[in-house]
Amino acid sequence: MDINILTVFILAIFVGFEIITKVPPTLHTPLMSGSNAISGIAIVGAIISTKIGGGVGSYLGLIAVIFATINVVGGFMVTDRMLKMFKRS
Amino acid sequence: MEYTNLSYVLASVLFILGIKKLSHPKTARDGNFIAAFGMLIAIVATLVSYGKIDFQMIAVGMIIGAIIGATFAIKVEMTQMPQMVAIFNGFGGGASALVAAAEFLKTGEITTFTLGTIIVSIFVGTLTFTGSFIAFGKLQGFISGQPVVFPGQQMMNALFALCLLAIGFYMVQNPAEMDFFYGVVAISAILGITLTIPIGGADMPVVISLLNSYSGIAAAATGFVLMNNGLIISGALVGASGIILTNIMCKGMNRSLANVIFGAVGLEQESSGEGTSKQVNIKSYSTEEAAMIFEAAEKVIVVPGYGLAVAQAQHAVREVAEFLESKDKQVLYAIHPVAGRMPGHMNVLLAEANIPYEQLKDLDEINPEFEDCDVALVLGANDVVNPAARHDTSSPIYGMPILDVDKSRTVIINKRTMNTGFAGIQNELFGFDNSIMVFGDAKEMLQQLLKDLKDL
Repeated sequence: MDINILTVFILAIFVGFEIITKVPPTLHTPLMSGSNAISGIAIVGAIISTKIGGGVGSYLGLIAVIFATINVVGGFMVTDRMLKMFKRS
Repeated sequence: MEYTNLSYVLASVLFILGIKKLSHPKTARDGNFIAAFGMLIAIVATLVSYGKIDFQMIAVGMIIGAIIGATFAIKVEMTQMPQMVAIFNGFGGGASALVAAAEFLKTGEITTFTLGTIIVSIFVGTLTFTGSFIAFGKLQGFISGQPVVFPGQQMMNALFALCLLAIGFYMVQNPAEMDFFYGVVAISAILGITLTIPIGGADMPVVISLLNSYSGIAAAATGFVLMNNGLIISGALVGASGIILTNIMCKGMNRSLANVIFGAVGLEQESSGEGTSKQVNIKSYSTEEAAMIFEAAEKVIVVPGYGLAVAQAQHAVREVAEFLESKDKQVLYAIHPVAGRMPGHMNVLLAEANIPYEQLKDLDEINPEFEDCDVALVLGANDVVNPAARHDTSSPIYGMPILDVDKSRTVIINKRTMNTGFAGIQNELFGFDNSIMVFGDAKEMLQQLLKDLKDL
């Protein structure tokens, strides 16, 4: 297995811990829905798996594209809707 | 190919910058936009660089997904945000599992490593998918929100897990045998359900945070399947975020993660704690009498709980608070980390009602403030204000950090009935000399209170 890819994974976890601990409790719900939208990055994999001539796999790819798009579009939109409401006095 | 990978790096940087900007409400909206832009870059780069993909199929999928996602995002009520996040987690996990499955079904030659990552990805993704739908059903009220427990439950889960390990092992040995593949999918789906049904009510924030983390881990595992840095980095970020939130929620209840997952608090108490529950003598006031107490107060702290969300009383709270502020009284809000059904649930609700976020204080910040507070107004919160957590070692919530509302001059508690909170225990606070109960639906009570305040 490629050691570089494992390095990337582990470093990304550390970066995640660093930046996410700085998010205040007030914004924990938007953090959740926003990070959830980011996990919709699976859409990249979904697109790749629709390769022409892939048989059943391509149809799974189609469903994956639908699911991931729901996640991405819905996640970012609802996060924006929430964040719009946070106002100062 | 080189450009594609570069664009994934760019997308990852934008995700990190986006989350970084979430550290302050002022910049948070920009942060979300930056992250969304990163996603757009990743999608476009993928579409451009992979020649043999089916554009028509992708377009159809994206249009359907975008319509569903946007409809959810626009229509959902702020009180329903927990179930909304739950269901989105499910779709994320499901997508990752499907991609891994598609990869398994079409690749000719698969290395053992890839096969292993495919199994992990299908397992975590499918578990997230079914678990999230159970969580959604519980929060939406489609299925009982109470913990579902039965004898031998943990044994059964352990057996399922062992089966999964065994089948996974055989699948790596014989990748051509489809039955093993179906077995992994089926058992993962069942485990998602059986691990989620025993958790209910006030423990939901932990479940949602955990599922959030799983959806990230599933994406990262899929990244290992496809050897794609973009998926690995983003998945790791989301996984870390979910774990941190899970940890914060557990600390807010003074319980370990294992205790939340396997403990099933609500039911245990009903059977064992019945004999010990003490009778408390309460004073029940009308809103008119409560209004007079507010009239004399200078500093008011509002403590919102899940009951506020159920009653959709956030706007009514603001109206009462605005009236009090117009009479030169100070109004603050005390937010317990596990108030509501997901991390930050109360903050979003109150933000929707245009309450400035500076007035929302978390536990450590607000607790010293109760000492010189005239009225603490508890709206649909129970276990998080139970003083037994401080001194009663036999209480199931002993050691849980609570809001010290009992230190205020007067505590006004609004509840619909005298029913116990999620932990199933009677709250001694209700019988304290400085406590007053005002029964009724939070929204109706607040509207009536406002009327009475104006009539004074």
